[in-house]
Amino acid sequence: MQLSFNKGGGETLAQLRTGDRAYLHRLDLPEEMSQRLMELGFLPGTIVVAAGSAPGGDPRIFRVDGSDIALRRDTASRLYISAEPLSESELT
Amino acid sequence: MSDSGSCHGAAPQTVNRKAGHYIALVGPPNAGKSTLFNRLTGLRQKVANFPGVTVEHHVGRVRDEKGRDLFVVDLPGIYSMTPRSEDEKVTHDVLVGANASLGRPDAIILILDSTNLQRHLVLAAPVLALGMPTLVVLNMADDLAARGGSVDPAALAKEIGAPVALISASTGEGVERVTHFLRGTGARPISPEPKFVFPILQTLPARRRWAGRVGLQAGYTAPAPPEWTRRLDRVFLHPVAGPLIFLIVVLGVFQGIFTGAQPMMDGVEHLITWSGGLLGSYLPEGVFRSLLVEGVWGGVGSVVVFLPQILLLFLFIGILEDSGYLARAAVIADRTMERVGLQGKAFIPLLSAYACAVPAIMATRTIEDKRDRLATVLIAPFMTCSARLPIYTLLIAAFVPNTPLLGQFLGLQAAVLLGLYVLGFVAAVGTALLLRSSVLRHAKTMFVMELPPYRRPSVQTLLLRLLDRAVIFLQRAGTVILLVSVGLWILAHLPYENGKPPAIEQSIAGRIGRAVEPVILPLGFNWKIGIGLITSLAAREVIVGTLGTIYGIENAEKDSPPLIESLRKDLTPGGAYALMIFFAFAMQCFSTVAIVRRELGSWAWPAAQFAYMGFLAYFGALVTNQMWLAFR
Repeated sequence: MQLSFNKGGGETLAQLRTGDRAYLHRLDLPEEMSQRLMELGFLPGTIVVAAGSAPGGDPRIFRVDGSDIALRRDTASRLYISAEPLSESELT
Repeated sequence: MSDSGSCHGAAPQTVNRKAGHYIALVGPPNAGKSTLFNRLTGLRQKVANFPGVTVEHHVGRVRDEKGRDLFVVDLPGIYSMTPRSEDEKVTHDVLVGANASLGRPDAIILILDSTNLQRHLVLAAPVLALGMPTLVVLNMADDLAARGGSVDPAALAKEIGAPVALISASTGEGVERVTHFLRGTGARPISPEPKFVFPILQTLPARRRWAGRVGLQAGYTAPAPPEWTRRLDRVFLHPVAGPLIFLIVVLGVFQGIFTGAQPMMDGVEHLITWSGGLLGSYLPEGVFRSLLVEGVWGGVGSVVVFLPQILLLFLFIGILEDSGYLARAAVIADRTMERVGLQGKAFIPLLSAYACAVPAIMATRTIEDKRDRLATVLIAPFMTCSARLPIYTLLIAAFVPNTPLLGQFLGLQAAVLLGLYVLGFVAAVGTALLLRSSVLRHAKTMFVMELPPYRRPSVQTLLLRLLDRAVIFLQRAGTVILLVSVGLWILAHLPYENGKPPAIEQSIAGRIGRAVEPVILPLGFNWKIGIGLITSLAAREVIVGTLGTIYGIENAEKDSPPLIESLRKDLTPGGAYALMIFFAFAMQCFSTVAIVRRELGSWAWPAAQFAYMGFLAYFGALVTNQMWLAFR
C-alpha cells in the first residue's frame, strides 16, 4: 500500500479547470453531506464537468447527471476524481 | 419560497379526511410542482395547516364526475425518501402514513422533470415501492421536444408498473390526463394493486442504475443541453457583468416599486377619498358619521392605499424566483454570506423577507444545518418587509425632495428608500456576525445549490400568488387595522365632557400618548407618534392608519388635508428620519413573534429578539434625531 500525504491522495474536483471533465471517484465527506450530494447526482463513477463559477471563482458550478450544481471550493476539494472510469469492483 | 406560506392572519384550514379522497402531489424541487398544482386547482385552493405539524401548505379541491370533492395536497419538494430537512420530513411522514391526523393519501401524483428524466427517476424508485396508486407525471414536455429529446410514456409505464402522463404544466398540454387520473381515484374505492411487485432498492447507486436501465427501456433520448440557459449564465455569472446586473436588478426593483405603483396608488387614494366623502354626505352628522369617516375610512383607507405597491414587490420577487434568476443570485451571494457566517441558501429566505418575514421564516426549513437555520430566523425580521413600505413611503414623500441623482434612473426618494433597505440588511449582517462569534459559533457548513434552467414564469402562478397576497392584506386591513382604528377612535373620543367628546389631547388615547411622550421626545416624536408606536406593535403598517385616524379627528372641523401635509406640520425632518430608523430596526409585528416562537419552539428566542431589535430601534432613532439637532 502506498502512502500519500493528503487523505486518499489524488486530484479533487476543486482542481478541475473550467471546461474539463473527470470521473468522480470518492466522496470524503460526512455521511449526511455525501448522501445529499449523491441524491443530486454526485455518485462515484459519474462524469463531472466543471461548468463555471460565481463571479470571484467561489462557489464553483459542476455539471453532473444533467443538472448544474453549485458547490463551495472547500466541499469540491473533498470530492476525489480520476481521469479513468472506475472498474467494476470500485463501483460496488 | 415557492410554497409561500400565508403572511399573517390568513385563517388556517385543515384537510377533512371524511370530506373526500386526498391525493398527495410530490416531486423534486424545480420539477414544476406548483405550476401543475395551480393548473389543477386554480382558484379552488387554500393555505392549510397539517394538524399537529407546524407546516402550512396548499390544499386544492377538484370535483370528480359524481360531484365529490377530491383534495390535492401540494407537499414540499424532496430529493429522496430519506428526510434531511424539516420540509422533507413533512413529505416523508405524509407518504409513509406517519402523520396520524392526515393518514396515508389515497393516491400519489409524482411529478418529474422529463428533461432530466433519469436522475429524477431515482426518486420514483422509493415512491413507487410504497405500493400506493401512483401517477407518474413527466413535466416540461414542451421543453423536452424543443431540445430534441423524447420518451415513450407507454413503455415507461410498462417498466415501472404505474400510469405515466407526459405533460407540460406551463402550457397545459396533457394536463387532462392528470385530471382524468384524479377523477378515477374518487370514482372507485382504492386498493393497492399488488400485481406489479416493485423491486426494493436500498442504495442510491443501485437506484441510479435502475433509473438508467428503465430510461433506456422507455426509449428516453436526453434533450440537447439548454443552450439559452448556458448563454444567459455566461452573462449573469460573468465576473464583471454578473455583479453589475445583480445590482441593476435590485435598483430596478426599488425604482419600479416607487414610480410604477404611483398611478395605481393615486387611483386608490382618490377612490377612498371620494367614497369617504360620498358616505359622509349621506350620513347625518353625529357620532356614527365621525366613527365611519374618520375612524374607519381614515384608518383603514390610509393603509389600503399601499396595496398596489406591496403587490408590485411580490410580483418582482415572484418573477425573479420563477425565472430561475434567484438561484444564481444565491450563488453570487454565497461568498459574501459565508463571510458573515451564513450561506447562500439563506439568501432566498432573506430575500423573501423583503416581502414578509413570516413566509421567509417558514422558508428557512430548507436549510439543513440547525444553527444556520436559527441564525437566519433571528436576522430575517431586519430585512425590510413590505409592511414597512407604507410608513417609509409616507415619510419620504413628506420630507424628501425628489431630486434626480442618476437622471431618470434614480431619484433621491428612491435612493433614501434603498438606503433604508441597505440599513436593514447591514443590521442583519451585523447581527449574524454577532451570533456567529457568540452563541452560534460552529464549523463551516456545506452549500449546495441546484441551478435550474431559466424558464418563463407562468402568468397563472404569478397571478394566483398575487391574489393570495391581496386577500391576506385586505383581510388584515379588514380585521386588525379596522379593530385598531375603531378602538382608537373610541379612545380618542372618551371621556365625554359636558356631553361632548374632549379635545384629542385630553382623551384617553391622548393621555396614553402623552404618558409615553417623555421617553420618546429625545427621538423627536410627539405624543401622536407615541400612540402610533403603541398601536403598531401589532403590525407596522398600523401606524399609518393610526395617524390617519388621529389627524382625521384633529382636523374634523376643516377640510382634512392629506396625511402628508399634517405630518409636515407635526414632525421635524430629524424626527421623520428618526422614525424611519426606528421602523427599520424595531420588531413591530405580532405575526413574526408568533412564527418565531412556533418555528424555534420556545418563547426565549423571540423575546430576546424583540428586546434586541427594540434596543437598536430606540438608540438608532435617538442618535439620528440628536445628530439632526446638532447639525441642522
